[in-house]
Amino acid sequence: MSASIIIFYILAATIIGGAIMAVTSLKIFRSAVFLLFSLIGIAGLYFYMDYEFIGAVQVVVYVGGIVVLIIFSIFLTHGSGEDMKRPHLLRAAFSALAAIFGCMLTMYFIMNQIFVVSNKAAVEPNAGNIGAQMLSTTEHGYILPFEVVSMLLLAAMIGCIVIAIKVKVPAHEILPEKGEDELIATPDNLKIEGAAGNEAL
Amino acid sequence: MNDIGLLHFLFVSCALFFIGVYGFLTRRNLITMLMSVELILNSVNINFVAFNKYLYVDKLDGLFFTIFIITIAAAEAAVAIAIIINLYRNHKTIDVEEADSMKF
Repeated sequence: MSASIIIFYILAATIIGGAIMAVTSLKIFRSAVFLLFSLIGIAGLYFYMDYEFIGAVQVVVYVGGIVVLIIFSIFLTHGSGEDMKRPHLLRAAFSALAAIFGCMLTMYFIMNQIFVVSNKAAVEPNAGNIGAQMLSTTEHGYILPFEVVSMLLLAAMIGCIVIAIKVKVPAHEILPEKGEDELIATPDNLKIEGAAGNEAL
Repeated sequence: MNDIGLLHFLFVSCALFFIGVYGFLTRRNLITMLMSVELILNSVNINFVAFNKYLYVDKLDGLFFTIFIITIAAAEAAVAIAIIINLYRNHKTIDVEEADSMKF
């Protein structure tokens, strides 16, 4: 048993354990923190495979961005220390059955699959090669998806602002409604309303 | 089982994917459902990177797909959280079973 194997199993246990706790914990903040551990374990797995660039992107975007965003929204929408509702027992049981059965089936297919390994010369996965190939306009370049994704990010940013912005209604637009409320609410106005009713009679 | 190969990574990502599916089916809170979706996307990323590492070392396509998935996941999370905050502002809850005002 070499150190490399032990490290892999530690990483795998972090990922799987963190993920299980993240989907079963009843306290939402703990759930987010376990998700954080799981994502850090995945970044460790990328470093383990010698893909430092992807590992760094994982840490920056997921751990530094998405989890912070999730925790931020938890703070905005939840009182601290409240438990979430426990899931229905029947639904939880059938979901677990479906997940376990699907997992077994997929693992069975993976074990029976014969993978063909390419034996061409390896490309060094450093940032230089990744950047050069991603931004190249030749046959295997990825410049078009890159540009499309940049447009998608722009659209998502504008969409977020449009959805989450709080529109302030100008004062003169809400005044008439408020006036009606006051008419019904206060006794002084009730008198006026009664007088108006008498006039109508 | 002497060395860590492709199968180990595939098993980890498979388990992670179905944990995410379980969370998505049982949770009724929008933020935790979003977390489950993130787990599913991450399991796909592990798959892409492992295939690139162990089967196609002469290419970098798996890395590109991983980068694009991470980008789209970031955009998706941002939009989802904007929607969640807007929903909370209008309904004072983010439980999917109580937000049914468009149903009838």
